[in-house]
Amino acid sequence: MSTPTEHTELLRFSTAGSVDDGKSTLIGRLLYDSKSIFEDQYDAISKTSEKRGEEGVNLALLTDGLKAEREQGITIDVAYRYFSTPKRKFIIADTPGHIQYTRNMVTGASTANVALILVDARKGILEQTRRHAFISSLLQIPHLVVCINKMDLVEWDEAVYNKIKDEFSSFSHKLDVKDVHFIPISALTGDNVVERSENMSWYDGSTLLYYLENVHIGSDHNFIDARFPVQYVIRPYRDEFHDYRGYAGRVAGGVFRKGDEVTVLPSGFTSTVAAVDTYEGEISEAFAPMSVTLRLEDEIDISRGDMIVRTNNQPESTQDVEVMICWFNERPLQPRGKYTVMHTSRSVRCIVKDVRYKLDINTLHRNEEELTIGLNDIGRVQLRTTAPLFVDPYRRNRITGSIILVDEQTNETVAAGMVI
Amino acid sequence: MSELQLQLNHLRELEAESIFVMREVAAQFENPALLFSGGKDSILMVHLAMKAFAPARIPFTLVHVDTGHNFEETIQFRDRLVERLGAKLVVGSVQAAIDRGELREETGYNASRNYLQTHVLLQTLEEGKFDAALGGGRRDEEKARAKERFFSHRDEFGQWDPKNQRPELWNLFNGRKHYGEHFRVFPISNWTELDVWQYIQMEGVELPSLYYAHHRRVFHRDGMLLAESEFVPRRPEEEVVEMQVRCRTIGDISCTGLWESDATNLEGIIQEVAVARQTERGGRADDKRTETAMEDRKKEGYF
Ligand SMILES: Nc1nc2c(ncn2[C@@H]2O[C@H](COP(=O)(O)OP(=O)(O)O)[C@@H](O)[C@H]2O)c(=O)[nH]1
Repeated sequence: MSTPTEHTELLRFSTAGSVDDGKSTLIGRLLYDSKSIFEDQYDAISKTSEKRGEEGVNLALLTDGLKAEREQGITIDVAYRYFSTPKRKFIIADTPGHIQYTRNMVTGASTANVALILVDARKGILEQTRRHAFISSLLQIPHLVVCINKMDLVEWDEAVYNKIKDEFSSFSHKLDVKDVHFIPISALTGDNVVERSENMSWYDGSTLLYYLENVHIGSDHNFIDARFPVQYVIRPYRDEFHDYRGYAGRVAGGVFRKGDEVTVLPSGFTSTVAAVDTYEGEISEAFAPMSVTLRLEDEIDISRGDMIVRTNNQPESTQDVEVMICWFNERPLQPRGKYTVMHTSRSVRCIVKDVRYKLDINTLHRNEEELTIGLNDIGRVQLRTTAPLFVDPYRRNRITGSIILVDEQTNETVAAGMVI
Repeated sequence: MSELQLQLNHLRELEAESIFVMREVAAQFENPALLFSGGKDSILMVHLAMKAFAPARIPFTLVHVDTGHNFEETIQFRDRLVERLGAKLVVGSVQAAIDRGELREETGYNASRNYLQTHVLLQTLEEGKFDAALGGGRRDEEKARAKERFFSHRDEFGQWDPKNQRPELWNLFNGRKHYGEHFRVFPISNWTELDVWQYIQMEGVELPSLYYAHHRRVFHRDGMLLAESEFVPRRPEEEVVEMQVRCRTIGDISCTGLWESDATNLEGIIQEVAVARQTERGGRADDKRTETAMEDRKKEGYF
């Protein structure tokens, strides 16, 4: 493992692929070739491979965690993996590809900078590939990299690669994705994963690792619309800090500086930022995703769930929220049902006013007749909340544009929603 | 303004995430505890908590499950830290539970009190009426941990159901629960061992001397080095030798593996960690019992 430095950035990517596309092998390869695998881990999987009568060491074994999964030989949950190079630290959200795990894919995609989509070169674009691409666009993953895998099984043929690339592009044009990149690889042999392929001299693009190390993620956060959801109010109750009242939170968008004119929602009171505080003392500015504490010039009653924003750039304050939701629970969405909405640090109750349509995630067809939203379904709904939420469209801000729904009886998280 | 300035490095981004999670815990729960083992991860947790709530005191009670089989330095370090923070400390004692007859000590050469900790942990959390317990578990440590959530729901018996975890998206953490249930929360889930060390160096966090290379009387067992101690019976053939060693993780003395090392400062340790060929848990005898040892223990309520 090479040592990251002070300049190392963090990149999160999600992987999705149909069963047997080679996702586990690819991740195992990235970990192994970047020297993030330890001897004892390697010994453990080589023992298991041998026990199972497999030929060679199955790198795919590195990535499955739970017993049930090992027994069934499938990935059923989101698992997180880590590796780093001197340029970046990577967090992989490894998700299962099957339609019955759409919710896991959505979960893994929610914080990703890059979506890695795997295609088996022999099979080309499948229904599942389209689904993954769609989910990546729905969750607004800024960058998509399509790895056309198992090139060794198609004689490293450029024509196969081009055909798949064209086919993918022809439908991804219809999706809301900004940046798509294609790489021909063999996860098994390692061609174009970390090392350049000698078998595909016709390809002059970058290897997968090079891409991941260099893709520009500097603009993935919103640095325009200043949003500061108040998480917690800090009151030291100590003599030396007698009058201290700080609003702790994580910047969800834009930049906050001392002297900025701000408005507090929902009260609408206006004040000025007196200081951006951290443990080390005041700092000059705070931007997403920093966790800081703001102090204001005026004494205003502020509590968790309020949002501090720039006076001249405010989110929409509304009790009628239109969202695309993905349903997570066995028990389907109840029309007119009541749920708790969690949005930034705010929780309010809501009623489902209307189900507009259900989306067929394979064909993108909008079904306005059959409106039952069950496990793994995606649809557009209208919510009416008991108190206003301060929202931005999800396309503009993934933090102030996202919600989850919580079942009030079971307390389970039953849906994720993206504000339209 | 150029975008370059608006980019955090990976350690600052991890720090911001952990602080966010800790503040969520303080806001969403009535009576949260911070599990303090004396190891570097829990020291890091305390450091992050200090940063999250400054200039106020940390709003968590420190809970230490004491196996009674400690390195002396661990306890001294703990007490000094608690004093410096002005924090509240609750100690759950494995020895006391044994004395009360609630637990039976394992016997034999590989006897360890690590397994007895789960009972005492659950009891201490229940007695203190803690509704959330912060732990320093990291997903890179062990394969069952790779799927652990930041907010991990536990039933009335403190058990973890890996197949029925709440989905966790964006930074929305659902800490709702029924009476009697509680949460385990892992704010440093996304840190790796190397991140922890680099951050400790960057921030100048103080650690117990055990983490630095020192001379100690040790013996070999099952491919590991263990410290000579009255608590760890030795087989006749297990010969004690003096070596220069350090800990990569600290737990109960009977199962904390030591590593031969000449890293007497943080630069040295980071060098070693960066080229290490064994995971840090590779030195923990408790994980070695079966292939799924960690998952089984977690289901029962272990950290
Ligand atoms: N020939 C060849 N086989 C591959 C390649 N990548 C994966 N495989 C094989 O495809 C099978 C499925 O791979 P696996 O990684 O388990 O797929 P997953 O279900 O997507 O995680 C295994 O037998 C792999 O060895 C590749 O690039 N070339």
